[in-house]
Amino acid sequence: MAHASALRAGARPRAAYLRSRRPIALAAAGIVALVLVFVAGVAAGTVAVPIGETAGILAHRLLGLQVPVTWTPAQETIVWDLRLPRVLTAMTVGVGLAVAGVTFQGLLRNPLADPYVLGTASGAALGAAIAVILPVRTVILHFGLLNVLAFVGALAAVTLVYRLARMGAGGQTTSLLLTGYAVGSLLAAGLAMAMYLSGAGLRQIFTFLLGGFEASSWERLAAAAPLIAITSILIGLRARSLNGLLLGEEAAAHLGVDVRRERAILLALASLATAAAVAVSGLVGFVGLVAPHVVRLVVGPSARLVLPLSALLGASLMVGADLVARLVGEIPVGVVTALVGAPFFLVLLRRSRSGYEL
Amino acid sequence: MTAHLRLDHLTIAYRGRPAVRDVSLEIGAGERVALVGPNGAGKSTLLRAVAGLVEPAAGSVELDGTPIGSLGRLAVARRVGVVPQLPVLPFATTVEQVVALGRLPHEHPIRGLRPVDRSIIAEAIERVGVGHLLGRDARELSLGERQLVLLAMAVAQAAPILILDEPTVHLDLRHQVEVMDLLADLNAREGTTILAVLHDLRLAAHFFPRLVLLDGGSVVADGAPTEVLSPDRIRDVFGVDPELVALATA
Repeated sequence: MAHASALRAGARPRAAYLRSRRPIALAAAGIVALVLVFVAGVAAGTVAVPIGETAGILAHRLLGLQVPVTWTPAQETIVWDLRLPRVLTAMTVGVGLAVAGVTFQGLLRNPLADPYVLGTASGAALGAAIAVILPVRTVILHFGLLNVLAFVGALAAVTLVYRLARMGAGGQTTSLLLTGYAVGSLLAAGLAMAMYLSGAGLRQIFTFLLGGFEASSWERLAAAAPLIAITSILIGLRARSLNGLLLGEEAAAHLGVDVRRERAILLALASLATAAAVAVSGLVGFVGLVAPHVVRLVVGPSARLVLPLSALLGASLMVGADLVARLVGEIPVGVVTALVGAPFFLVLLRRSRSGYEL
Repeated sequence: MTAHLRLDHLTIAYRGRPAVRDVSLEIGAGERVALVGPNGAGKSTLLRAVAGLVEPAAGSVELDGTPIGSLGRLAVARRVGVVPQLPVLPFATTVEQVVALGRLPHEHPIRGLRPVDRSIIAEAIERVGVGHLLGRDARELSLGERQLVLLAMAVAQAAPILILDEPTVHLDLRHQVEVMDLLADLNAREGTTILAVLHDLRLAAHFFPRLVLLDGGSVVADGAPTEVLSPDRIRDVFGVDPELVALATA
């Protein structure tokens, strides 16, 4: 400060430290990784289709290129009708959960938050369990009752949490977290009861709770992908609000963020993305918690960088986890994300220079 | 002098208890005003009202003739910069990332910081003298260092009105004086209007040409330090021996 005038007289201070090229390099690396895991995800499985044929089928059907047909119709069916929608669904769900994770962590200013923290998981699970118990079989937009009630349950639970939290006094953030916990516990009791009553349907409920992509199809992808894509883009356009909230609600208001409105909008968008993801894939844990943290450890907390890079990482992680799950023999993908992700996350936390404060 | 900031019969109540009672105050563009008074006098509440964060029970706050309630948050943030209370940061955040948040009201909604924002951030860092802290996680800094980083953030916000609530509370003597010098410099060079709550009457009297003394939510005195801080008032309002602050008025 004492040198203020000297500085003023000279050239403007260099701001090189603010102009890191690293995010661009990381984004490029993320895209390359995603393409690699995408091709691997389509090529590998219980029936391996050679990379050359896989690429040929993709080029032919996806890009409309006239390439010599070296593959069998069976291979084309496997790649085009089974694997491609499955891999794309995993990518979409990975994006949705990662973006929702960044949003919930930023909104609640809590590193432990994940897409399921405000009741979406328990709401979806209870909805799915009720669908299993009900003697009704219906199909809406190519989804069964289980998927539909999971979607509705997730949104209903988070709406309830938001309404209840707004009635309480005191800090909104703490109020939301505690209400989410209370409502989640209540719904978990309902889920336990439903599972107890479900009899032969228990395995179906359990499969939903562990998550997976076996039931993917083009039609289901066509319903879920636009919802996740649109909500993710709209969240990305509100990165400024998430950045303001880094310093707390009052400071965010001083920096021009209409906290009450932005919180409601971001909460709604992130909940929609989560509900859509959960409805198609069940409760795949960990990706929504870990991807944002891994990205933050590398590029810092700015939502402008964390949102897109987490989306890329979440997509890659989910496709990779699903691939592993298939190769091991159709085990639930949630088991893979936890088994692989948790140790990786612990190593990263130990290596990062500073820990987390709660 | 045109009234830049006008409080008109402002009353603010928290749960029915008035914290600010019927305060009328005009602050012209480019003025430097210190709010002084005992704990619970309503100083911080008044600042929150000027930043548009509390709804008045009666009366109004006007920025350049416009009621602050009718301006959007972004419009207020471009006109009024506030040094916030020390926050608990949820994630590792470097010093430069904190200072960069000062540009939030100005940055491009999609592309973010432009080159001009970056040079303003760099300048704020140099001006407040926190360049040696760059690259460090703001959560690992001392309270005083964090206070300076937040001041740099508010300087980067570059609003015509700068509001500070106890900006020197965690600072050593040298940094207290440097912050006061910086405020005077912002005032002299950029014409920034400064409104600060200060507990240290000597600091307030030495560095601010105008003092507003609050007690029990009302303005008790308003004017030059020597007028406002008379021995009788110091005894009545603060309940201490005026000799303790005699240096200020000497």
